[in-house]
Amino acid sequence: MSAAGDLPAWAALSTAFLVLVGAAVTLIGSLGLLRLGTFYARVHAPTLGTTLGMACILAGSALFFSALQARPVVHEILIAVFVTLTTPVTLMLLVRAALYRDRTEGSREVPAAESVSDLPPPG
Amino acid sequence: MNGILPYPLLSLALLLLWLLLNQSVSPGHLVLGSVLAVLASWAMAALRPEKPRIRRPGAALRLLGMVLADILRSNLAVGRIIVRSREPGVNAGFMTIPLDLRNRHGLAVLAIIITSTPGTIWVNYDAARGTLLLHVLDLVDETVWIRTIKGRYERLLMEIFE
Repeated sequence: MSAAGDLPAWAALSTAFLVLVGAAVTLIGSLGLLRLGTFYARVHAPTLGTTLGMACILAGSALFFSALQARPVVHEILIAVFVTLTTPVTLMLLVRAALYRDRTEGSREVPAAESVSDLPPPG
Repeated sequence: MNGILPYPLLSLALLLLWLLLNQSVSPGHLVLGSVLAVLASWAMAALRPEKPRIRRPGAALRLLGMVLADILRSNLAVGRIIVRSREPGVNAGFMTIPLDLRNRHGLAVLAIIITSTPGTIWVNYDAARGTLLLHVLDLVDETVWIRTIKGRYERLLMEIFE
């Protein structure tokens, strides 16, 4: 078992850089949640954290453990695959729920339903 | 469709998943992973999903590279809007794009691409008309987005799946 102190300087610096960049990108995404005005605009902001933010932090993790254990450690790639496959499902669910609510309330801000299946039930 | 391996690509992907999870290519894990992968593909066959046909693996790789580059670029673009813009989200809006892609798997991949790229979200697909409703954070020029989605992604997806 080796500790983080055994890490060569180049690996420690690159890991720190990658993790900090990832954290900064995710922070900007969270800031977007705060700054953007409408619900539909807000949904865009967290995707920064689930794409570039996640990629940088995972690359930092892969680099750190590969350097520490002196063998390639790449199972972080699974996290990237699963996050990329599941985030769109949640986002689309949220946006469609919001759209349905706004259409039911007769909001003029959203495009009208184009086909019958999109129409909210009468009453 | 029958036989020992109804979905060879799925089984291969599951075996790779197993080996990555266990971080090992020892014979024991190879055997256990293969057994699990084959069993899972039989379970999948019982559901009888429509089998996707990937016709052009080269085009799929090209699409992957293109999407990764676009994700990086739009991360920077959305980040700049959030940090720099005095009134962020003022250009946000809905837009409709007519699609020629009809293949279900192609549409699913397109939905993942569009939604996981910051700045664009797939809202609704009208299967009868073949139109896609999108929400875009920086909707200054609709034609740019139509060109990106139809010219870059849809064309390649149709090559791959249809």
